[in-house]
Formats: sequence, structure tokens, C-alpha cells
Amino acid sequence: MLEIKNLHAKVDGKEILKGVDLTIRDGEIHALMGTNGAGKSTLSNVIVGNPKYEVTEGSITFNGKDMLAMTPEERSYEGVFMSFQLPVEIPGVSMTNFMRAAVNARREALGQEPLKATEFLKLIRDTQKLVDIDKKLVSRSVNEGFSGGEKKRNEIFQMAMLQPTFCILDETDSGLDVDALRVVAEGFNRLRTAQTSALVITHYQRLLDYIRPDFIHVLLDGKIVKTAGAELAKEIEDRGFDWIKE
Amino acid sequence: MSAEQSYISLYQANRECLMAASPEVMNTLRDEAIAMFAQRGFPSRKVEDYRYIDVQQAFEGKEQYSMPLPTLPLNSSKQGVITLNDASLLNRYYSKIADNEDAITALNTAFTHECICIHVGKNQILDHPIELTDTFTSDEDQMEHKRIMIVLDEGASAKIMLRYVANNKTHILTTQVVEVYVGDNARLELYELEETHTSCTRFNNVYMKVGRYANVKHNNITLFNGLTRNTIKATLVGEFSEITLNGCVMADKSQVVDNNTLIRHEVPNCTSRELYKYVVDEQAVGAFAGRVYVAEGAQKTVSEEVNQNICASSDARMYTQPMLEIYADDVKCSHGSTVGKLDEMALFYMRQRGIPLAEARMLLMQAFVGQVIDEIPIVPLRDRLHIMIEQRLKGELDKCVGCARCK
Repeated sequence: MLEIKNLHAKVDGKEILKGVDLTIRDGEIHALMGTNGAGKSTLSNVIVGNPKYEVTEGSITFNGKDMLAMTPEERSYEGVFMSFQLPVEIPGVSMTNFMRAAVNARREALGQEPLKATEFLKLIRDTQKLVDIDKKLVSRSVNEGFSGGEKKRNEIFQMAMLQPTFCILDETDSGLDVDALRVVAEGFNRLRTAQTSALVITHYQRLLDYIRPDFIHVLLDGKIVKTAGAELAKEIEDRGFDWIKE
Repeated sequence: MSAEQSYISLYQANRECLMAASPEVMNTLRDEAIAMFAQRGFPSRKVEDYRYIDVQQAFEGKEQYSMPLPTLPLNSSKQGVITLNDASLLNRYYSKIADNEDAITALNTAFTHECICIHVGKNQILDHPIELTDTFTSDEDQMEHKRIMIVLDEGASAKIMLRYVANNKTHILTTQVVEVYVGDNARLELYELEETHTSCTRFNNVYMKVGRYANVKHNNITLFNGLTRNTIKATLVGEFSEITLNGCVMADKSQVVDNNTLIRHEVPNCTSRELYKYVVDEQAVGAFAGRVYVAEGAQKTVSEEVNQNICASSDARMYTQPMLEIYADDVKCSHGSTVGKLDEMALFYMRQRGIPLAEARMLLMQAFVGQVIDEIPIVPLRDRLHIMIEQRLKGELDKCVGCARCK
């Protein structure tokens, strides 16, 4: 599904990624761990095409297509979704208008008719129930005044609306208490199909107790330095990252 | 010939005609007004109130535009709220607060020949809003000097919309002077909505005098225009009154919108609020200068002034100048302004969800100015304006010359 080769990237003129290789096949869950500043968020932002990040070398192909040639919205139509570490507040833009614009743009890109108002409202209602999000949140401005947990839950709601095939969970666990974490992780698990792949970025083992990864990668100083199975998380929790560096 | 001289000549050539067409009180002020205009000339950019636009250039060469004489059907019915050239009203109020030291007002006083009068009598409450739509339909380039007078007697209440629309793409130059008298305990909501086109040049001077326990809301919305200058001067002369001056501007291409406001607190215990929001895109220029003056002794004045702007492109320019001038010591006044870009994180967030960049920009702009619209108390108007703003951003208001988006 996703193939990253020798990826180098800069932000604000500073090289952060220094040759990342990563292959994620259909249905696989990969976790990415690493110290602060190792480049985890840079990698996820580069995959979704954040214009602030500049790719200087390497390639990303997604289902055989050159992803680096695509705009962020085109990558979204290909089925890529990122749950943001810090979901953005957009005062004055209602969740309903925001979701309608997103769903219909995607449908248009896929050659489908836009949803009728009644169909769209039904989709909102059904999805709301599926991910158990307060319907008051859906009638407010995007993320405005939401608590940390509500924002993350709203990310999962959007994921359910857009039904992506590849999800990046960028530190979805940060700022969440254990209960909220479980709700969000269960939401994700409920939405995934056998084909859904994911890249889960986290500092802690906790999230990986709920979303079991097939592989764990350790990113240090812009490179993946270790790859192992799910058991690596436990070891990192106990011993930190220093032993990997050596 | 200087621009001023050509307008003075135009006046001399039309003087007899204007005199014959107009009521007495308008004629008595004409010669005086043109003399004042001759003396002062068009304000240069060195004049503080006009530093953001080139007035002389805006008028230059346009003296050749045709100037139609009486255009409105005369309605002398005394019972109606709206009349033309109501003699008793004109005698009492005409040009009493309009300031002929302002060159534009002087020019208007010299050239105008009809005054639309809206008079709401004592304790009269108008259940329905009044909408006056000024539609420019001329096939040739045209100049117009319009005059409106709004008088609310004690305890009266009215909602009035002045709407400016242009159907043709001919060049239009307008000056307009609006005098507004709001009596004690009266309530006025006054809306001005401009949806003209890029070849319209409008100078609009609004003067307001507000009595005791009165409540005034002025909403000034520019959706489409060429060059617009609005001067809003409100004087609070009775205690315990409230005034709100709100406005929003959407400008792109080479549009210019300059709003200049002055609120004078002459007496204690009044409240004023001001919220102006601009989105300037492409090569557009926006200017806002808002002055709040608190006279000596006008204690317990509360005033809040906010101007927020977005420059959506690197070529767009925004000038903002909030001003407070306070001569009383027991007041609560604040003013502030911001100029920013569209929130890049928000844009990226929306694009990640599949919303195309152009639409994401549009949603952000709409949300930004929407705050001003949300404060409008008339719900159907509020809904209509939200839709109009959306259409405006989508380029569905067909009002511009040679714009690829509108074809």
C-alpha cells in the first residue's frame, strides 16, 4: 500500500528526515516510536503533504502512484487520513458545513454525485451513533472550545465519515485520559476493515495495548534504526531508547 | 483645468436647471456650498481623514458623465413614511448636521436636487423593515448626487435598508449624503449593502445625531464595488444612548474600500460599540479609520472598538487606524485592530480532509466576516446575507467587468 524509500525532508531549512525506508502492506498496523524531535511528526506530515515540509530526496508511492506529486486533497481522495496530534480549531465554520464540503469533494473526485441534504444528514446521524460522539459537538464550529478528548473523538468521527484505507494516528494518545484513550482506540478498531492499514505514532505502550501493531519501528535522528514485533513496545517502556542508540 | 475647476464650471452650467428642479431650502445653500468646495478643493492624501485614497483622481475626468435631473416620481403624500422633498422636514433638518466643510458633502449640497425623506412620527413603530434599493441602470457613464434624510421622532422605531445595486457595467460616480436624526427613546437599525461593480465610484457620507435613551445600529456591508468611501459620523447628544457601528468588507481584484468612522460622545452615560471586519484578496486595498471621541464631562462612557482584517494575498493591502480621543476621566474605552493571513494550519487541516484549497479559503473567509452578519437581529436578512457572501466568494454575484470567474 505505502512504500517510502530513502526519504529526506526539511522543515524551516533544517533537515529532519535523513533517509527513511518504510513499507506498509494492506491490512498492516505499524507503530512508530521514538524520542522527541526524532522526526515522527515530520514523517506523518510529509506523507499527507503538509506544504510546510520540504522533501529533498527519496520517494513515497501509494498503491503504485507517486504520492509526492499529489496535493494534500488528492492524497485524501486516494484514501489517506491523518488524525492530527493537535486538531485545528476553525471558528465560524460549522462541523456540518466542514464535513459536507469534505464528503462531497471526495465524492466528486471519485466521480460520484454529491449527497443530497437528507442523505448527508442521515450519514452524519448514523456516524455519530457509530463513534458515540455527542451530537452537540457536530452542530458547533470545528473543534472550537472542544476539550482534548472531544477533539480526538472528533478526529475519529471524521475518519468514520471519510472511510479512509490508510490512517495515520499522530500521537492520538497525547492529552487523553485512559477512558478517553480506550474510547478512541475502540472507535478506530471498529472502523477498520481487513484492508485498512495504519501508522500509529506514539510515545507510550498504552495505546498499543488497544491497537495491536504488526510491526514497531523506532525512529531516531531522522532514520528508522530498529524494527521488531509488538513485544518491542514493552521493552521500550521498561528500558527507554538509549539501549537502541548504542 | 483642475479637477475642482471642472466641477465648478459644471455647477455654473447647470445652476439654473438645478434651481428650477429643487425646493427652496436646497437652493439657498447651493452657492455657499460650491464656494466652500472651491475654497477647500478635493482633499489630498495629506488630509488626515483622506490619507488612504486619492479623491482627486477618483473625480478627475468624470465631470463629463451625464447628470440626469429629477429621476424619482414625486410623492407628496403627507401620510406616508417615505416622501420626496418633504418641505416641512427639509426646512427643519436639511443640512443641519451634514458638514459642508467636507469637500464631498459640499459638492453634494451644491449639486443635489432631490432628497428622499423617511419620517417616522412620535411613538410610531414600523412593523416591517423598509428597503430602498438604488439601482444603477444607465447605458451611459453617469454621475449622481443623492440625498437621504431619516428622521425618527421621540419613541419611534424603524429598520431601514439602503441597498446599492448596479446592473450595467457603465461607469458610475455617486456622492451621497445621509442625515439621520434619532430622537429620544427612538430605535433605529440602518443597513447599507453595496453590491455594485468594479466601475462604480461611490462617496457616501452619513451623519447621525442621537438623542437620549436611543438605540442605533448601523451595519455597513460592502460585497462588491469599485472604489468606495464611507464616512460615518455619529454624535451622541443625549444620555443613556447606545450606538453600534458594524461593518464587513469583501474586496478583491483592484477594489478599494475606505471606511472612516467617528463616534462623538458629547454627554455622559452612553455606550458605543464598533466591529469592522475586512477580507482583502488579490490586489484589493482596504482602509479603516475609526475614531472615538469622548468629550470633557462625558463620564461613564463605555466604548469598544474592534477592527480585524485578513489579507488573503500578498498583493492585497490593508490600512487600519483605530483612534481614541478622551477628555473625561471616568470612562471605559478600548480599541484594537489586527491584520493577519488566512490560518495556514486550518487550511491544511481542511485540505487533508479533501476540501480543495479554493473552497477551504472560501470557508475561512466566510467564517471570518460571518461574525459581523451573525450580530444582525433580523433573522431573514442575516440568512440572506450569509448566502450572498457565499455566492460572492464563489463568484456567483455577476457584478464585475472582465472577470474570468464570473463568466
